[in-house]
Order: sequence, then structure tokens, then C-alpha cells
Amino acid sequence: MEYEVVVGLEVHAQLLTKSKMFCGCSSEYQDGEPNSVVCPVCMGMPGVLPVINKKAVEHTIRTGLALGCTIARNTKFDRKNYPYPDLMKGYQISQFDMPVASDGCLEIQVDGQTRSIGVTRVHLEEDAAKLLHRTEDYGEGYSLLDINRAGVPLMEIVGEPDLRSADEAREYLVQLHTILQFIGTSVANMEEGNFRCDANVSIRPKDDEELGTKVEVKNMNSFRSVHRAIEFEVERQIALLESGGRIEQETRGWVDDEEITVSQRTKEYASDYRYFPEPDLPPITIDPLWVEEIRASLPELPAARRARFVNDLGLSEYDTELLTISRATADYFETALNSDTSPSNEMAKAIGNWMLGEMARLQNQTGTLLDDVNIAPGQIVELQKLVDGGTLSSSMAKAVFEKMYNTGADPQAITEADGLAQISDSDAVGAAIDDAISANPQPVRDYLEGKESAIQFLVGQVMRITRGKANPQMTTELLKNKLEAMK
Amino acid sequence: MDKSLVNLTAHEARDMLDRGDVSSLELTEASLERIEEIDDRVKAFVTVTRNLALEQAREADVRIAEGNAAPLTGIPMQLKDNICTHGVPTTCSSRMLEEFVPPYDASVAERLRQEGAVLVGKGNLDEFAMGSSTENSAFFPTHNPWDLERVPGGSSGGPAAAVASGEAFFSLGSDTGGSIRQPGSLCGIVGMKPTYGLVSRYGLIAFASSLDQIGPLTRDVRDSVIVLNAIAGHDPRDSTSIEFQPPDYTAALKTDLKGMRIGVPKEYFVDGMESGVEEATRKAIDVLKSLGAEIGEASLPHTSYALAVYYIIAPSECSANLARYDGVKYGFSEQDADSMWDAYEKTRQRGFGPEVKRRIMLGTYALSSGYYDAYYLKAQQVRTIIRQEFESEFEKFDALVMATSPTTAFKLGEKMDDPVQMYLNDVLTLPANIAGIPGISVPSGLSNGLPTGLQIMAKPLGEEAMFRIAYAYEQATDWHNMTPEL
Repeated sequence: MEYEVVVGLEVHAQLLTKSKMFCGCSSEYQDGEPNSVVCPVCMGMPGVLPVINKKAVEHTIRTGLALGCTIARNTKFDRKNYPYPDLMKGYQISQFDMPVASDGCLEIQVDGQTRSIGVTRVHLEEDAAKLLHRTEDYGEGYSLLDINRAGVPLMEIVGEPDLRSADEAREYLVQLHTILQFIGTSVANMEEGNFRCDANVSIRPKDDEELGTKVEVKNMNSFRSVHRAIEFEVERQIALLESGGRIEQETRGWVDDEEITVSQRTKEYASDYRYFPEPDLPPITIDPLWVEEIRASLPELPAARRARFVNDLGLSEYDTELLTISRATADYFETALNSDTSPSNEMAKAIGNWMLGEMARLQNQTGTLLDDVNIAPGQIVELQKLVDGGTLSSSMAKAVFEKMYNTGADPQAITEADGLAQISDSDAVGAAIDDAISANPQPVRDYLEGKESAIQFLVGQVMRITRGKANPQMTTELLKNKLEAMK
Repeated sequence: MDKSLVNLTAHEARDMLDRGDVSSLELTEASLERIEEIDDRVKAFVTVTRNLALEQAREADVRIAEGNAAPLTGIPMQLKDNICTHGVPTTCSSRMLEEFVPPYDASVAERLRQEGAVLVGKGNLDEFAMGSSTENSAFFPTHNPWDLERVPGGSSGGPAAAVASGEAFFSLGSDTGGSIRQPGSLCGIVGMKPTYGLVSRYGLIAFASSLDQIGPLTRDVRDSVIVLNAIAGHDPRDSTSIEFQPPDYTAALKTDLKGMRIGVPKEYFVDGMESGVEEATRKAIDVLKSLGAEIGEASLPHTSYALAVYYIIAPSECSANLARYDGVKYGFSEQDADSMWDAYEKTRQRGFGPEVKRRIMLGTYALSSGYYDAYYLKAQQVRTIIRQEFESEFEKFDALVMATSPTTAFKLGEKMDDPVQMYLNDVLTLPANIAGIPGISVPSGLSNGLPTGLQIMAKPLGEEAMFRIAYAYEQATDWHNMTPEL
């Protein structure tokens, strides 16, 4: 039987705010010693009260707008009750039935097909503390609690079960990740755990309307593991059905080194969270004028930027995809292009080539992030102009680029200091050609007898004489003229 | 030392301090002596902060000498032991927090510290403020200074007994369903619950967040006003605190009631009301009339549902508020356990008393999936109706008056086996918590030798009208000058 895969993703992203969700502690909890970025409020001590971080609400609205959501006029917080040592108050302040944003969508492209994936809701909550499980050498296990993360603002983005393959799920996640970084609402680093994803996976016979029993998969900490986990889960479910088994509604955890999912909790133990409105926080009314202000301040979103790169700048889809992988990359590219007095599509293509070619190669080699690259965007344009103007050959330009990358110096300065400027003076090149002709009578004869490829050897000799500085185009042209004249 | 010092009101003590007739150190030593003399019988204190008090008294004397005294500088006070005090144990009268010393002050404690009031100790209460007799304290019950065989009311029984017996000049209590006004009434003093949101709850260990409010227990109405002046006002640390600049409430202290419209809700003479209480209330209404007030009949028909609403909402909120006591971070922790979950269960089984457990279970049930709509949601809807009924009555009246408690102080143990009988103690007070409005109880006489209280309720932020009526009544009668013989 043929099956259809149905996947919905729930993404948790920590918000990029200065302070925590309900207290004044810094939200840069990762830099601190364990249990140092804490106060009575985020530790959930007796008698303390939460105060809403307005910036977190703003970021959630911003995210909702970027995902085409409707922003609620009235919203509120609720208590989600469950006991666990990482939950300082025994309940999490979250949002139950009145999320900040709802009914949006995200467009993805997979195998040349564009699909719109529904976004059910975006709501705001607080992160929990971190539990570290340890085992002593003699076998006794224990857990340590680091409260620094408790109370960091967290946004949950719930997607509709519209995804139909592991590929689509990964693409949705990549796009969502890019958007959050673009609009500056989250650092969204999956490895560091500030961008986390759970997947609801089910299968159903193709053409069936009814959804199959869903399994929730957790513990995936990279785009790759999300992809692999969904693939594994789909295969597991198909095999189970084919062998006459039934799929149980449960939560399964992805085990990265074994590349399998294992059962964590079945529905019998499903929690009753006993949600009720948070009495310590009055309901919030969101002013539509505020929403419009936030909308007006939204940067160009990745999809619009990609369309502009392809349609207006003539870049290929492939280059565009790579140049918009992050807001920083796209901004770097555009800053470079706009530093040119009259930016052309040719310059755009050239900048793209530098960034995706030499720069990417050197970054990979040195493990450097774009932020830490020494080359200012405008310097790439200056370098390209030296190439376009004939001062540097493309191979010389690559050498200059590497020096720029290592030192941050200007291309013009490097070219002059190293005496790298190409010889484009026809007299100087002509003199070198004359030397090459007189020193190599045999190749000259070969050429004159019709073996045109012999010219390559002579060009090489000119280069040897000028130590690589002769303008190769000019050399070939002048050489040809001289040899033709000898015919 | 003059023994009668401890029977002064705070404002009388203020006058003496300002004139130099007495020092804060003398007042504080008098309070501490009084505690030493009688508290083994009254049991109003969980903790006595002797050294801190003497130190604060000396600081207060310096401040008074410098001419920088605030109205409460140098006055010995007590705080209910669910109000967090930096460096001073705050137990909630629970095994769970027996060893808990907060590293922070509640906002009210901070304000009173800045004001220069002297903390002599922390007052006993029903565990986590759940109860109406202070018998639910995990440590010991408090006794009524008017009759040591009887309860002082609750849950602020320690504060009421301490103020009534001269152990402290005033105290702060918390009122979730009547926990300041009912013990105030049973101990013959003034107990006042402000409008919800007028006084910051930051640092008040939560019982039911949407109902809890801190307020003063004092020997007269002027003291109530002075203490409220010191603690009222917006606090950015409490999101439910009202953005409102409170007036100086002493301006409301007038002795006539000309033009005041006062309603008497007919539903508040409930079945089972003690005849002496009813009599005292009717006489008090006559006094108000003689002071120039227009008296009319009011009606709050949904009042009969207030108790049911309260016993859904308060336990629901408490079931979440008390979830943090798991033995992991602070407080009591049962170490003898097989697993994490076992440790959780045993910590909570042994750390909480029966009434607290009863309410956690009630609330957990009321919030459970499948029951939420029938209980919690319905209770919230009825709460709205009750609030609207008050609103419409306050279009006709400046204030409503009724008895504070249907009975005078009952005997220790008398109602411990019947939670519903115990809950009925609050039937006249808890509607004010449900509606978020202010209420005050002032002494209105004696019934069989035990104090009765007159309750005055006003609209939200209507404290001035409430104080004016309370003060005029008090000044026209002599009940507030009665003190128990101990």
C-alpha cells in the first residue's frame, strides 16, 4: 500500500531580549556560572510575582507578522501545571487559548514546487531550568539543576500538519530559522538549544482523508536529525502497519548516535495541565497602532529578498539561496553592491562569486564566521574593479583576496606593495614578446607552419619573463599580431 | 516603666515620641516585656525579633532626634508570618517553611522598614492563611485575649491577638476571604482589607492570588489610616497593583456623616447569626443614622453563592501557588525516599497540614480537564455577577454596612471537625474579596462578653468613604477603648 506522510512541527525559539520574561535578570544565561544569573522571581521563591517583558511581547508580534499571522487584540497568560524539578514554580506561565498570534503561513520550495504551510499559532512562555544528569564512576546517578535558563523568554510556533515529507519538514524549519534571524527575534541556534523542534508524525493510506495516529518525536538537535528522525519514524510506522500492528499515540525520543526513536511516554500517562488564567498577570490589550509600528519596522523578509535578487539583480536561484542563508550574509552582499557608485548586475554576480567562492573557502578553512571576516564589503568591489580595469588578472586577484582576508588591507595597497600590478603597457609587453620570439625559434616556426596551439607556449614564456604580470589578454593579442605579421 | 504604654494607639505613641515623653527604645522594650509576660498564653508570635527590634528602636530614636520621623518611625509592630522579611524567618506557620529565611523583603515590609517602624516579631496564622481560627497553624493555636479558651479568628489570628493584647501597636495581616476583618472583629480591634491592587502583594506568600490583599490590624481607625498611608500605592513589581496615587487618608477622618448614603444589604442578616451580633449591628446602624447618614435597604441576591465561588477559586489558585513546595530548592525536604517522585510525595504529605492538603485537592479537582467548565469557569462567571451587583448598589450608596462575622469568638476545637461550619465564618466577609472592594471591621460592642464587629464596604478605591463612616462611628461610641483583661 502507498502511504502519505503527515508532519506538523512545533518550534520553541528563545527570544532575543536583554532580560528574562518576568524578571530583570539578563537573558544571556549561557555566559554565567551555573545558578549565577538568577533572582527570587526566576527561582520561583515564595511570594514573588512576575512582570511581563514588553520586548518579548513585541518580538512575538514581530514574528507573528513575519509569518502572516493575525495579531490578537486581547491576549492573556495562563498557568500550565505540571511538577518537574526544572520548573521552578510547579507551573509554567504560558498561553493557552488566547495566543499573541494565530493563522499564518510559511512558503517553502521543495523539488521546484512551492507549498504554503499553515502556522497555527505563535505564543509566548518562559523557558525552564536545565537539568544535567550525571553518573558517578561507581554507578550512582544524580541530577544537577542550573536555574540560569529558567524564565528566559520562549516563543512557541505551532505549525499545521501540512508537511508531507522529511524534506519538506527540514525546508520549513530552515525557512523559519532564517526568518527569525532576519527579523532579529531569535538567535535561533539549534545546537545551543535556543531553537528547538518537536515533530508530530503520522502516516495514512494515500487518498485517505482521516489523519493517522500521531507520534510526537522529541530530542532532535540539528536540522539533519529532524530530517533523519522523521524518515526513521515514517519507516517504523509503515513497517508496523504492514506487519499488522497498530500505531500507539505516544512520545518518542530521537537517539542521535543510534539514529532511532525510542518510546518515552504513552498516552495513558498523558498530562492534564489544568490550564487556568494566570491571576498574577492582568490580560493584555494589544494596541493596533503598536502592531502597525512593528509591521512598519519589519525588514524585508527572506522570500521578498530572494525574489529581488533573482528578478532585479539577475542572480541564479542557487546563488540567491546561498546569499540569503542568513540576514548577515545577505546584508554583507548588499552593502558591498551598494558601495559601488553605479551597481550593475555584473558587479552583483562578481560579488556573489567572491563570497561563495574564495571567501567561503577561506572561512571554512579557518572556521571564521562572517561577522569576524576582516574584509569590509566595499573592499570586494574595489578588488573587482582592479580586475575589470585590467590591473589584476583573476589569478592575481585571488592572491590579493587571500591577503585581504588575512590582513584586512585594501586591495590597491596590497597590489602596490607586492608589485602585483599587471603589465598592461603595450610597449613593455611588446618588449617581452620580442624576447620570447627570439629565444624560441622552434615554437615560432611551428606556429607559422599552422600549428596554432604553439602560441600557448609562447604566452607562457612571456609570463615567465614578466613573472606573471603581463596582462594575459593583451599578451595573446599582441603575440598573435606579431606572429601573423611574420607569416 | 509605665505598663499602660502598651495600650496606646500608634498615633498616641507618635505624639509622645515627638514630644520626647517616651523613646522608641522604651516603647519597644515595653512591647517585648508584654510579649514575654503574656505570649506563652496568647501565642500570637511565631518568631520574636528581640535584637532586631532593639537595634531598629535605637536607629528610630536617632531619626526622631534629627527631626526626620515619619508617622510610624519608632512604633513597634508585628507582621503576619506570610509576609517575607529579609533575614527573618517567614514560616507561613507551616512545617514546609519552618526553616525558610527569605533573602528579600516583601514590598510592604520594605516600605515599613524605610518608614522606620520597629519589627518585634512575626504573627501566627492558619497554615498558608487557610482557616478562620488560627488552629490550622502547624506550630500552635493562638488564643483570644478576651477569653483564652476561645479562638482569635483567622487566618490573621496572631496579628489580631497581638494588637488586642498590647504586644504590638499594629500588625499587618492578609485577607483572602475575611482573614483580617474576622479576627479583627473577634478580638475587638480594627481590621481593614484594602481594594484589591491598592497594596502590593510582592513578597506576600500567595494563597489565592486574585483574592489576597494585605491590610492593617490596629487599635483604632486613625491608626488604620496611618498604616494604610504607609503601605498603599503602585508597585512595579506587582502587575496587579493599580496605577493610582493614593490620597492622604487622614483627610477622610470626619465625625459627621451628613449626605452619606449607606445601604444595609438585607441578605447579610444570615441564618444562624448570633442574636447579640445582630443586635449590635442594628444599634450601630442607628448610630450612623444619628450622625446624619441616610440609611436605605440594599440587596445583593447572589451573595448566597459567594461562599461556593470562593471555595472553587481560592483552592484552584492555591493548588498552583503551592506547587513550588517540592523539597528541592528550599524548605522542608523528605530525604528518606526511593525516587524523585517518592521524595516529592513524602515531602508534601509531611510538610503540609490537613487543611492545606484538602484545599490543594479541591483545587486540583476543580481545574481538571472535564471539570474546568463546570467549576472554575462557572465560578468566574458568578464572580462577575457578584461584582456587578456590588457595582449597581454602589451607584445608590456610598457604602454598605453589615456584621463582620455571624458569631463572636468560638471555643478552640469547636469547629475543627466540620470544615463547612468553619467556612461559614467568612460568609459575610468573602464577598468583598470576590468583588475586589475594600472592607473594614470596627468594634461594635460585646455579646456575652465577647467583641462584635461592624463591617463597612465601599466601591473599589472608595477607602475614603469607608474610613469616614468607620471613624465617625468609632468616635461616637466607646467600643474601641475596651481592652481585654489578661
